[in-house]
Amino acid sequence: MTLIGWAQIALVLGAIVAAAIPLARYIAAVATGHVTFLAPVERAIYAVGGIDPARGMDWKAYTLAMLATNLTGFLALYALLRLQGVLPLNPQGFDGVPPWLAFNTAISFVTNTNWQAYSGESAMSYLSQMAGLSVQNFLSAATGIALAFALCRAFAGGGLKALGNFWADVVRIILYLLLPLALVVGLAFVAMGMPQTLAPYVEATTLEGATQTIPLGPVAFQIAIKHLGTNGGGFFGVNSAHPFEGPSALATALQIWSHQVIPFALALAFGHIVGDPRQGRALLGVMLAFVVAGTWIVYAAEAAGNPLHIAAGVDPVLGNMEGKEVRFGQALVALFTATTTGASNGAVNAMFDSFTPLGGLVPLFLIQLGELLPGGVGSGLYGMLVLVLLAVFVAGLMVGRTPEYLGKKVQAREIKLAMLAVLVLPAVILGFTAVAVVLPMAASSIQEQGPHGLTEILYAYASATGNNGSAFGGLTADTPWMNTTLGIAMALGRYAYIVPMMAIAGSIAAKPKLAASSGTFPTHGPLFAGLLAGVILILGGLQFMPALALGPVAEHFVLAAGKTF
Amino acid sequence: MDMRPAFPAGEARRAARGGALLSGPILRRAALDAFTKLDPRRLVRNPVIFVTEVVAILVTILAIRALALGQPWAFQASIALWLWLTVLFATFAEAVAEGRGRAQADSLRRARTETQAKLLLRSDDRALWQPRAATELRVGDLVLVEAGDLIPSDGEVAEGIASVNEAAVTGESAPVIRESGGDRSAVTGGTLVVSDWIVVRITAAPGSTFLDRMIGLVEGAARQKTPNEIALDILLAGMTIIFLIAVASLVGLASWNGQPPSVAVLAALLVTLIPTTIGGLLSAIGIAGMDRLVRFNVLATSGRAVEAAGDVDVLLLDKTGTITLGNRQAAGFMPVPGVTERDVAEAAVLSSLADETPEGRSILAFARERFGIDAPALPEDARVIPFTAQTRISGLDLPSGSYRKGAVDALLRSLGGEAPAEMRAAVDRIARAGGTPLAVARNGQLLGAIELKDIVKTGMRARFDALRRMGIRTVMVTGDNRLTAAAIAAEAGVDDFIAEATPEDKLAYIRKAQAEGRLVAMAGDGTNDAPALAQADVGLAMQTGTQAAREAGNMVDLDSDPTKLIEVVEIGKQLLITRGALTTFSIANDVAKYFAILPAIFVASYPELGALNVMGLATPESAILSAVIFNALIIVALVPLALRGVRYVPVGAAALLRRNLLIYGLGGIAAPFVGIKIIDVIISLLGLV
Repeated sequence: MTLIGWAQIALVLGAIVAAAIPLARYIAAVATGHVTFLAPVERAIYAVGGIDPARGMDWKAYTLAMLATNLTGFLALYALLRLQGVLPLNPQGFDGVPPWLAFNTAISFVTNTNWQAYSGESAMSYLSQMAGLSVQNFLSAATGIALAFALCRAFAGGGLKALGNFWADVVRIILYLLLPLALVVGLAFVAMGMPQTLAPYVEATTLEGATQTIPLGPVAFQIAIKHLGTNGGGFFGVNSAHPFEGPSALATALQIWSHQVIPFALALAFGHIVGDPRQGRALLGVMLAFVVAGTWIVYAAEAAGNPLHIAAGVDPVLGNMEGKEVRFGQALVALFTATTTGASNGAVNAMFDSFTPLGGLVPLFLIQLGELLPGGVGSGLYGMLVLVLLAVFVAGLMVGRTPEYLGKKVQAREIKLAMLAVLVLPAVILGFTAVAVVLPMAASSIQEQGPHGLTEILYAYASATGNNGSAFGGLTADTPWMNTTLGIAMALGRYAYIVPMMAIAGSIAAKPKLAASSGTFPTHGPLFAGLLAGVILILGGLQFMPALALGPVAEHFVLAAGKTF
Repeated sequence: MDMRPAFPAGEARRAARGGALLSGPILRRAALDAFTKLDPRRLVRNPVIFVTEVVAILVTILAIRALALGQPWAFQASIALWLWLTVLFATFAEAVAEGRGRAQADSLRRARTETQAKLLLRSDDRALWQPRAATELRVGDLVLVEAGDLIPSDGEVAEGIASVNEAAVTGESAPVIRESGGDRSAVTGGTLVVSDWIVVRITAAPGSTFLDRMIGLVEGAARQKTPNEIALDILLAGMTIIFLIAVASLVGLASWNGQPPSVAVLAALLVTLIPTTIGGLLSAIGIAGMDRLVRFNVLATSGRAVEAAGDVDVLLLDKTGTITLGNRQAAGFMPVPGVTERDVAEAAVLSSLADETPEGRSILAFARERFGIDAPALPEDARVIPFTAQTRISGLDLPSGSYRKGAVDALLRSLGGEAPAEMRAAVDRIARAGGTPLAVARNGQLLGAIELKDIVKTGMRARFDALRRMGIRTVMVTGDNRLTAAAIAAEAGVDDFIAEATPEDKLAYIRKAQAEGRLVAMAGDGTNDAPALAQADVGLAMQTGTQAAREAGNMVDLDSDPTKLIEVVEIGKQLLITRGALTTFSIANDVAKYFAILPAIFVASYPELGALNVMGLATPESAILSAVIFNALIIVALVPLALRGVRYVPVGAAALLRRNLLIYGLGGIAAPFVGIKIIDVIISLLGLV
């Protein structure tokens, strides 16, 4: 680790927090309907869609509207991918996407996972990229933020029935938040050297005289929303490590900024919406602490290098550079890794499969902790709030009152629903992984022996269920079994969590808001932040510790002992 | 006809309060009950311990099978043994808590009457009655109860007046007066009429009398899970499912590189991870919390009320009798110019010689204390001028002169003439300070004023300060005018007051506070308190109060001491804190258990994972067994804490949280590292594995 490396990390994180503070106020204003500068456009959309933005929806109506939208999106994207061969804007003449892969990809983009069992440049037409994947990048991000808005409103008021209007929320989020930011960031990416063109791929002749095909496409703006919406699905197969998707260290820094700023701002916006900014700061503090800790472990582990390489005479100064771009260096790779997995983004600018065991443990564990540090746009906040309820429930009893959060009593119904929600992650991840290692049809996808192989398959199901979408690597993902099970894992990770979470929102909204006193459990400040961090760490750790012990932890000690598989 | 005297159940309860936590007979009985509670049909109500029992059965079968097949069986048998002990310790904890209540219930049950009641055939004729078993009385029946009779069931005095010994329910053996009409008309079945007679209208159906409810409560028979307990149960069940998934998935995961661990080992891992500590102690904590309240002579109609008590943030307290001593007392003498204070005192004493009211007595006491004036006996030739509502003056005519005291305006009017400015100023000052001025005159001449004051009970200010630190606002309710109320409120240190309060004012105040999102507790005894008692989140009715008040409240104080509301709040908080602390402790324990068991079970596949054995446990078998043993023993070790409750300190929530997180959170992480290591050393020394 170097001082200059840490300075880079500090600079990027500082820029994120500095931007998140004003953005939070703006997001809160969008959530409360106070941003109206595109009112005519809004009205036109409502008129076309037959939407009454003032009509409040209870949690069931809100959830059903969301599910209907997402289902429609899934079907439309599936159809588009299957038919791309006969549709325009297909200069490379790609065939339709095969059914299993189309199923997997459609779920993947609708659920904001953006797991990619394909390489964009060799499978997707420009139309699929723009009208299919990019559209879902916006919609899935807006879906997550809208759900978070609904939960925020539940905590803000007392005795509420309605949580807002899903259609209006989605329209406003896209119009006032995602589109303007994507426009600015997209232009910046163009300026930094990303292509934005509908021209066909270029044939070039190399110095050796060989012919090379250089893929192009409408890259820059898709990458902007890929990061801003914490989607993570790359235009190219190697994602942000590709010279056109990650042209420079500066572009990488802007990508990190882009996939962190909205989740962080949402945590602060929560404080504004519930009328107590300190509450948002406490959540942000916890998120930031995990990001810094995760970055530090990856950076330290990778900078220390692989003991076997060093023993074989590799200069230890550079650390473990296998699978990393020299353009970015250890520090930006570490920060990118921790932020992309903590934020449920799933873009990568290095190969996790080549990381040291501990360096690879961090992204896996950050996903397993529930994608709430800071998590995906919206999903991070609502995931965090579910954990807050559990933390408040257990520890809140210790101040001698039935637990409450922001004046809302946490009772049997909320706990039941919260437990249903947190059960999804271990059940789906561990269940599918355990089946996969014993089922020959699935196990054949795993390319590595020993603990590293287990990490690869464990990571795949964690990434899918956590709606992260990054791949550890070393896994043949485009098989019917993997496409189907990973698709199911993505859907369960998203919707089996959302439904109980929205039921919590409905239940919380209906409760009266109690006044705080000095006898009330304080949910701001370092003590609470520490408690919340502890609960996240212990709850997540307890669930996945045995699996991790057999994967990266075992690999770490085995590697230290000089053994390979 | 049952003529037994009242039973000293209440006294026994009082004695038990200071007594030892656990006694021999209770423990012996509990040890037996622990086994009967193993019945899976009963245990299924407790998901964590139920899972433990199922796993114990499974491992036992495997151990027996191994024995039968001649395979190594000792390790499996030891695991099975300790799993069974884990279940037994949990059922034992509950049995102990129940046993403590049962001892009280037994003495109460003896008081429950198998009495023959004297059922009146006509409401207007006391002579015409026929014997009827108490258990066959219906609501609305009229019964005659005479001196020496036990009151057959709960009811209201319809006619007559009697002194009643209520020791059977209150533990207080001094008889109380019960009469028809007014606020002292409620009688309780099982109490004894000591003198005179009353006609009682029965208000409770057989089996649902106050005494029945009390027995059910202390016995835990009527115990239903409280809302918070249900929520906690769900959390624990959820955690159990999570760990089931984590452990079950190991069968597959571990087979990737080697053999999956044996069933006994996975069973050990599962049971040590699921929250058996809190699962085993949860119901004991609830029973013990209720029991603490009963020992404190307060009966809650439901556990829900006890939990609500912990949440209260506004406390409505009546001024008279709660914040102040019941009566006004003399606190100063203020002479007019030319008269000494001692002169005023002497005249005040003489004018009060025949005054038997507490105010009059307090004047004599104050004069003796301040000036050493001993009140003479009432001379035989004295003519007593009694106080009447019309004159508002009282006093004595003696040969040596006439002495009068009375309301200032009334006395001045009778004397004629103006009061001096100093007198007017003194009267004003007394009124402003919340006192009541009385004027004193000798031989038709004004001497000065007596200051009568509400005396705030000692220590109230400190208690209100403590409540404030807990986040609870105290509100004084009084019939006094605003000026007086404000002065007393300031002296007592309450946060707010309701002056010239009517029952409607109380109700309105409670509704307003609740609309602001606060939970309100109040104490009351009169029928006109009933609506407010019912509206309040915690309504503590006085045992001496009316039936209506007792029905409206959700707690009854058998000592009829409204200040106990404060302790009720503390007991509610303590109950919740104990639950939270042991849950936190239980979950935090798991960290160390992972460090004990995971390296032990995976060391065959990856010997390098021995690096995680930070406790340096001797062998994989001893590590696993030590964790299981620790997991079982910690339940027994924490039984006293569960029964006694975590100590409650009245500080703010933030300080309380910091303290308890440190003890039960960090302590919960650290303790098992030490405990498991010690057990490992011992079983290695004994060569058990």
